[in-house]
Amino acid sequence: MPHIWCAGCGIGLATACFVRGIERAGLDLDKIALVSGIGCSGRVAGYVKVDSFHTTHGRALPFATGLKLGNPELKVAVFSGDGDIAAIGGNHLIHSARRNIDMTVICINNFNYGMTGGQLGPTTPLEAYSATSPYGNFEYPFNLPYLVAASGATYVARWTVLHLRQLERSVAEALLKPGFSFIEVISPCPTVYGRMNKRPRGLDEMHYYQEKSIVRNGADPKEADIVADGPIIVGKFVDIQRPTFFDFRNKVLNKAREQKKL
Amino acid sequence: MSKNGVLTGTFFMNGDAACAEGAISAGCRFFAGYPITPATEIAERMAERLPQVGGTYIQMEDEIASMNAVLGASWAGVKSMTATSGPGFSLMMENIGLGVMLETPCVVVDVQRAGPSTGLPTLVAQGDMMQARWGSHGTYEIIALVPSSPQEIFDITITAFNLSERYRVPVIILTDEAVGHMSEKVVIQEVAAEDLVSRKKPKVTPDKYQPYKPDKDLVPPMAIAGEGYRFHVTGLTHDERGYPAMNAEAQDKLVRRLSDKIRLNRKDIIRYEEIDTEDARVIVCAYGITSRIARHAVQLARNEGIKAGLLRLITVWPFPEERVRELGKKAKAFVVPEINYGQIVLEVERCAGGKAKTLLVPHMGGSVHLPQTILEAIRKAAK
Repeated sequence: MPHIWCAGCGIGLATACFVRGIERAGLDLDKIALVSGIGCSGRVAGYVKVDSFHTTHGRALPFATGLKLGNPELKVAVFSGDGDIAAIGGNHLIHSARRNIDMTVICINNFNYGMTGGQLGPTTPLEAYSATSPYGNFEYPFNLPYLVAASGATYVARWTVLHLRQLERSVAEALLKPGFSFIEVISPCPTVYGRMNKRPRGLDEMHYYQEKSIVRNGADPKEADIVADGPIIVGKFVDIQRPTFFDFRNKVLNKAREQKKL
Repeated sequence: MSKNGVLTGTFFMNGDAACAEGAISAGCRFFAGYPITPATEIAERMAERLPQVGGTYIQMEDEIASMNAVLGASWAGVKSMTATSGPGFSLMMENIGLGVMLETPCVVVDVQRAGPSTGLPTLVAQGDMMQARWGSHGTYEIIALVPSSPQEIFDITITAFNLSERYRVPVIILTDEAVGHMSEKVVIQEVAAEDLVSRKKPKVTPDKYQPYKPDKDLVPPMAIAGEGYRFHVTGLTHDERGYPAMNAEAQDKLVRRLSDKIRLNRKDIIRYEEIDTEDARVIVCAYGITSRIARHAVQLARNEGIKAGLLRLITVWPFPEERVRELGKKAKAFVVPEINYGQIVLEVERCAGGKAKTLLVPHMGGSVHLPQTILEAIRKAAK
């Protein structure tokens, strides 16, 4: 099937894992609603045969929140990139995690804004080159698993697109788990980020993952910062129980009913 | 209260509260918003009432999130609304455009206050009139309604939902702080089910369904999430299948239809009220709170023997071009009082077409016109 992604891009792999994760979870495809943002990662929505919404930059999460609150029976998933979800969408990211709204977020992190030509983003490693950091990036990046876990997400994992089996398993777990699940997927972007940072082929980046990724399930997300050319800690970091948005709401409204306030 | 939680009866109610009740009467069961003076009372009332009627209130982290949540809930099949004022309206603009592009029924209330920027948060103005029409980027048409009393806010909110569902477009209720915060008698009657409009449902099976294939009225039937239609919709320019179509031909077809959808159905959409215009030489064209003062000024003018009349806009967008053109042929002049430095006057002047003079009576905001000010303008126009 023709698609827009470059040769060597990892988004196709992530999409395949997502689809197989859905199969593994045994979900009713008619009840899945997929929301994506803008960017190369945002194009996933158009390639999966479920009810899908390609929305505005950074706003997939509030749109998904509306879908879920409008019809709680929907199984809502969000596909978004690093810039979409952590820069312009950053506010929505922390609030959605805080609320623990039942949804699964797949964040493709290729360390730049690929679609627009490889500009830096909030996950670009220090000193890395990009279209807007020609001398090297001087902004310290986010550690997404740490950010999202601290905000209240109940399932947080990070894999690279090399870790196909683990990623598929994580997708299935996340989809089945109530609450806000977040999976960061490290991916090559050979056309821009890779080319500017000495790894011009998708395979170069995959070799890097193979050499430098370390699986540490249960690791403290605080320890999972990514440094340019450094080790990438991957794994299932957080898998906890916490009441969801609906749990909190039901508790409070039921109490109000008992007290005849509602 | 009636069976389904709709409030019926006679009340002394402020405009914001009447708007919330109108929404509930219209079948709105989702509100996402953010506090902002002078619209906050709409959110507060919805926070109280929606759980009573089995609906959902959520306070989002900002107005941008609120607008998106409203779109999402509408795509889940729920009639949805948000309410804000100038600064929040500005934030919502991009995603009002998304609502237009996805053809999402929803209602956005702007209780106007004085701007620009933070302005006078607690005081009236009518400075967002053009913004409601042109605020989002790109080429599109929108529907905007302007009530002038709490009772009318109640009624117009129901109309807004009906129009948004029928035409699959965000409908803006452009009220103002004076009408939103005034308390007056509001009579709430049971709305018959047949008087409420819901979006057209697909008439074909999922395998044959195309999300943006329009019917003759240029409005496509709308599938919602979770019913097996497995559709794709996007804010990118798209074809009838809903998938991106990035070329000029697709742009022409789609964008033209999004505008024609409103333009060609103008007769159904446009609403206005006329008082004493049949023989009027000077026609005051006003809307919202200003129209109430204008009505009094017109009466004072008639008392002085000036043949004055009032054209009170209820829909400001689409603008009632045809009627203004007609009136412009007979009248000597239009007088346009508005609480801004000239916005709707531009439309009036354009449609007067050089036949009738157009006189703006501006007020920058913070309070309302005095009847005397409008009367003086009527006298001047009548000379």
